[in-house]
Amino acid sequence: MRSAIVDRALDAASLVNEVARQSNGATVLFVGTVRDVNEGRPVQGMEYKAYRAMAERELADIVREAAIQFGTDDIVVEHRVGTLALGEASVVIAVAHPHRGRAYDASRYVIEQLKQRVPIWKLEHYADGTREWVGAAGQSVSEQPS
Amino acid sequence: MTVTVLLFASYADALGASSLTVELAAGATAGDVVQHVRALPGADRLPPAPLVAVNQRYAPATQPLTDNDEVALIPPVAGG
Repeated sequence: MRSAIVDRALDAASLVNEVARQSNGATVLFVGTVRDVNEGRPVQGMEYKAYRAMAERELADIVREAAIQFGTDDIVVEHRVGTLALGEASVVIAVAHPHRGRAYDASRYVIEQLKQRVPIWKLEHYADGTREWVGAAGQSVSEQPS
Repeated sequence: MTVTVLLFASYADALGASSLTVELAAGATAGDVVQHVRALPGADRLPPAPLVAVNQRYAPATQPLTDNDEVALIPPVAGG
């Protein structure tokens, strides 16, 4: 198992290769990508920032928990930070297991926990030039275009 | 004691800083750091009880601190 926060483009195929093993009958690949609209507002790009030391630690914890809970060490996760264009991958999770049920469950566990616990934030760049931290709604914190 | 306070995303924007050095009395807790930060200009945009991490682990407000601890105020996370 392995997890990392990285500053470069993600290569899903290499993560699939990394979890490949002849004893595994199922590989589940999850790819999260930057979407062109959020809550009705057109999005042009996204900036991901992390509290890196803690994000790496929390992500490693999640992968360890999934390995124990679902019975496979063949789990690899990479989350990208920096400025991403529409359609680019922000997170890739590859899980392999002898059987598909547990592979799906482990993959789901990792992404749901990641979204709840890993200290990563995204600044959405909207088509109208404004920028806003996702999830900060109600705190009225927004940035004007630079 | 002296602790380093880290601020991120919307909290860093609100306070106009991404890190602060804070002097606290012996026996201070993570909650005391939150109170200190909430008294600073711009902090009215922070929630009353933000998530806190001490030395890169989520921690309750009651957690006692020691000299040179790294205390982070964690805005709502949005990874993935």
